Amino acid sequence: MARTESRYSFGGDEHLFVEIDEEMSLEAFFKSLSVCAAIKEANIEGVTEICPANASFQIKFDPDVIAPADIEAEVKRIEARAQASHRIATRILEVPAYFRDPWTTETLMRFRDRHQDPDATDIEFAARINDYPSVDAFLAAFTGSPWFVSMVGFVAGLPFLYQMVERRRQIQVPKYLRPRTDTPALTIGFGGCFACIYSVRGAGGYQMFGITPMPIYDPQQKISYLQDFMCLFRPGDILVWKPIDREGYDSIKADVEAGRFVPKMAEVTFDLDAFERDVDGTNRKLLEALHA
Amino acid sequence: MLEVVRPGLATTVQDLGRPGYYHVGIPISGAMDRLAARTANLLVGNPEDAALLECPFMGPELRFSDARTVAVTGAEIVPKVDGRARPLWTSFRIAKGEVLSFDFLKKGARIYIAISGGIDVPVVLGSRSTYALGALGGFRGRKLEAGDLLPLGNGPGAEEGRSVPDHLRRMPEMPARLRVMPGLYWHRLTEEAKQSFFEDSWKVAPEADRIGYRFRGGRPLTFVPREQPFGAGSDPSNIVDAAYPYGSIQVPGGTEPIALHRDAVSGGGYMMLGTVISADMDLIGQLQPHMPTRFVPCDMAEALRARAERRKLLDAIRAHLAA
Repeated sequence: MARTESRYSFGGDEHLFVEIDEEMSLEAFFKSLSVCAAIKEANIEGVTEICPANASFQIKFDPDVIAPADIEAEVKRIEARAQASHRIATRILEVPAYFRDPWTTETLMRFRDRHQDPDATDIEFAARINDYPSVDAFLAAFTGSPWFVSMVGFVAGLPFLYQMVERRRQIQVPKYLRPRTDTPALTIGFGGCFACIYSVRGAGGYQMFGITPMPIYDPQQKISYLQDFMCLFRPGDILVWKPIDREGYDSIKADVEAGRFVPKMAEVTFDLDAFERDVDGTNRKLLEALHA
Repeated sequence: MLEVVRPGLATTVQDLGRPGYYHVGIPISGAMDRLAARTANLLVGNPEDAALLECPFMGPELRFSDARTVAVTGAEIVPKVDGRARPLWTSFRIAKGEVLSFDFLKKGARIYIAISGGIDVPVVLGSRSTYALGALGGFRGRKLEAGDLLPLGNGPGAEEGRSVPDHLRRMPEMPARLRVMPGLYWHRLTEEAKQSFFEDSWKVAPEADRIGYRFRGGRPLTFVPREQPFGAGSDPSNIVDAAYPYGSIQVPGGTEPIALHRDAVSGGGYMMLGTVISADMDLIGQLQPHMPTRFVPCDMAEALRARAERRKLLDAIRAHLAA
């Protein structure tokens, strides 16, 4: 059960941190998202950043414009009013996923000394500790339900993804024992109960399962679908994996480079209560909306 | 045009930053020592938020293709124009074809080079600052390389010899003192760790850059035992991934505190014990590796007083240079 009282704490004199719950749940995430939306709407003078996270959020403010006690009181007022929202209008997006690809495989082999199970690949390790009989069965579960973008960040445009199934079915995998110094851009990663897509090449501690040919961050804004804004994902988006093979990977990559690729996307409304009553039925409807 | 003859270690174009995109992981960026950056711009007659060069640990070598007013602030170093020494925190002229170079850094960590007219790289999401991790902004989204040609803006350029006196310059003490407001996940630390964090003397580790500063040398911090919440991860220093404030201090595994700075990673799964107050963020930008550092506990009232003092210092610099 989600905690009823949020925990407020200041991050120095410029940040207000609000923890909705210590543990991750869709309910805590929804509350974070809806309170952040209400704070944005309130247009409070002196607020410069509103950052929703998985089960918490953070406000950056200018204490020369609004006193810390005042921003805290204001956010508490907004939180009390915003609690009810369990429905959001959002987008569902399809992400092509090439699992067990040569690039993340090469990278994970280079960092076996930092891994819990040096004799297995990351995905073999994840399948085994989650009690799946095979990697294929694991991938069927991984791609079998949609995922919520519960936070965007760490680095520019990186989505944290929360699996939309009951907790008992959720995949959990520890992070690397020591972080890698390298991760290919667009790696599909996994750590704790979160999947992610690394938006840029760099260090990383999440297990590596595969890669997508679909860029999700473009600071040059040359990619056709990133010309309005350089980051594809927003908190609250819903993502669906579409498994592809090498041929599919190469073909989408060529389409992206030629400016022909358009991510498959649809507008949907998500209702948390309906989801909790019927997880698989709600997920099926989301997929129908995507493919309509 | 400004020709980069030698780039230095990690010289980047910065201004006062790019607020408003932290929720998608794009940090504010901008000068790490903002007071030094603002002052350098004021000395050459630029707006305070003009783009300038930030150079950590060593100076670059730059050739000017036209006459400009230049000022160097921040760390202690001797700037030279065609080999002749020039003063710090003071405007000087550079003629067409002359070369600006530097001796070794003596104290502090970052110098700011303001040039009249400013560095005229494109504005991206409201700022010219470089965010190298995201290959965004600045000069081609990266640190400078030999042979780069930087466009300069048009500006009249202030006269030579404008200067800021010693008492209006701010550098870390020795050892450095960083005021920290405990909070965020402070309650996760044991009483013993809460004390040792502030009692111990720490040293800046070699991993010290625009993303964050790592510290070593204090006793490891211990955590209050608990069953880890769902989604947090198994290490006692793990939390369900949350947003990281600028200046927040995380302690992965309880061993080495990391204070995030202007190119911060925007969130992650490590507990933060508190946050360096806004008034002391500039000081971090002037810490060299191995610099002894003490963390000093501070409450909100003191943080706001320190902020007001820093503001007064900036106003005094403005008044001095306007006179």
